[in-house]
Amino acid sequence: MKLAVTAQGTSLSAGLDPRFGRCEHFVIIDVDTEEFEAFSNESVMASGGAGTESAQFLADKGAEAVVTGNVGPNAAMALEAAGIKVYRMSSGTVKDALEAFKSGTLEAISGPTVNSHHGMGGHGRGGR
Amino acid sequence: MIVSIASGKGGTGKTTVAVNLALALEGAMPIRFLDCDVEEPNAHLFLHPEIERSEKVSLPVPVVDESKCNGCGKCARVCAFHAILAFSSRTIVLPELCHGCGGCALLCPQGAITESPKVIGEVETGRAGDIRFAHGRTGIGSPLAPPVVKAVREALDKEGLGAGLTIIDAPPGTSCPVVASIKGSDYCVLVTEPTPFGLNDLGLAVGLVRELGIPCGVVINRAGLGDEAVSAYCSREGIPVLLEIPYDRKYAECYAKGGRLVDDFPELRGALKGLWRKISASGESGAEGEDGRREMGEI
Ligand code: SF4
Ligand code: SF4
Repeated sequence: MKLAVTAQGTSLSAGLDPRFGRCEHFVIIDVDTEEFEAFSNESVMASGGAGTESAQFLADKGAEAVVTGNVGPNAAMALEAAGIKVYRMSSGTVKDALEAFKSGTLEAISGPTVNSHHGMGGHGRGGR
Repeated sequence: MIVSIASGKGGTGKTTVAVNLALALEGAMPIRFLDCDVEEPNAHLFLHPEIERSEKVSLPVPVVDESKCNGCGKCARVCAFHAILAFSSRTIVLPELCHGCGGCALLCPQGAITESPKVIGEVETGRAGDIRFAHGRTGIGSPLAPPVVKAVREALDKEGLGAGLTIIDAPPGTSCPVVASIKGSDYCVLVTEPTPFGLNDLGLAVGLVRELGIPCGVVINRAGLGDEAVSAYCSREGIPVLLEIPYDRKYAECYAKGGRLVDDFPELRGALKGLWRKISASGESGAEGEDGRREMGEI
């Protein structure tokens, strides 16, 4: 099966990126062979729907699970509809995430871990 | 004539200027007042309109008929907002992200997508004395202000009032809802404070109205409290300073109580009439306007 990890870089030694929709890279690993492929996240600059776009991307790549830090409500709904299981991990490397996933110690989550627009910035209005 | 009142940031007294301009001119010409700050409408707190009509604003949001959908993914690829997603198991819609553009339904080769209205806000129309009034509000959980702004702008159109003055109270800032509020107006009044923050945000607002090709002038509120940098900026940029409202504790107190400045302070009534004369004169000279179809009110 294929596992996706949100990462700051493109290798197994890259650090985890806790953001789901706006992570820098996705590293998609074949859990059995440990072969992997890294993709830069095209949604980083999206003005909206970054999380759902990322879910679509992972589904198109055939990922069945993802290890990440935080997932917003729309992304959580999309991942659930796509049948992609979400596991939470906040630090370590991609390799650590793979090992933890294999050993079955990761916490599976359903539903969002943060509110919408978390980490989007620039949404504030001037005070009055 | 359509005059929009905007400001680069909140808290500059934009609504005060808009409301009191309307009150100062009430009776002299037909006035329509549109509060387009649909995220935080507040002009009604000063105008106390009687609401006559209330209408929901909705967007057409897609609904997928799973029995017709073959999962081709065309809909998901066309949606710029990633509000519809096609997975091998099913195709889903995320209504909160949908902008109601209709693209997915148009492109679905299976005819699997129909649309159903989703309420995103409401518009109320009524009257405050002789002033025709409309405002709107976005629904909870709906981040989509521009369609609600558009509905407010069109709310009084069917009354066909023609001549007179339409005053638009725009939201603060320089984002999409502001563009939706001020675009197509004949003149834009930018309200600012004489402070470094005020100047910075004024610069952004000036950039926006210039982009939209709308002639503009500046009202400096709480003049005397800050420095001269705003005046200097305006003269450098060739932007007229239409009015300076001095800082006065009694004005602030009146505002805090939801009072009407022009009723309590005759000097301000005169000043706001003067503001209108300058705006209408700049419209007549027509140097920056588009097509000369303006109706001028006489005081
Ligand atoms: S375009 Fe139509 S048929 Fe294709 S996935 Fe979307 S809803 Fe289904
Ligand atoms: S109507 Fe437009 S915004 Fe809404 S899901 Fe379809 S394509 Fe996306």
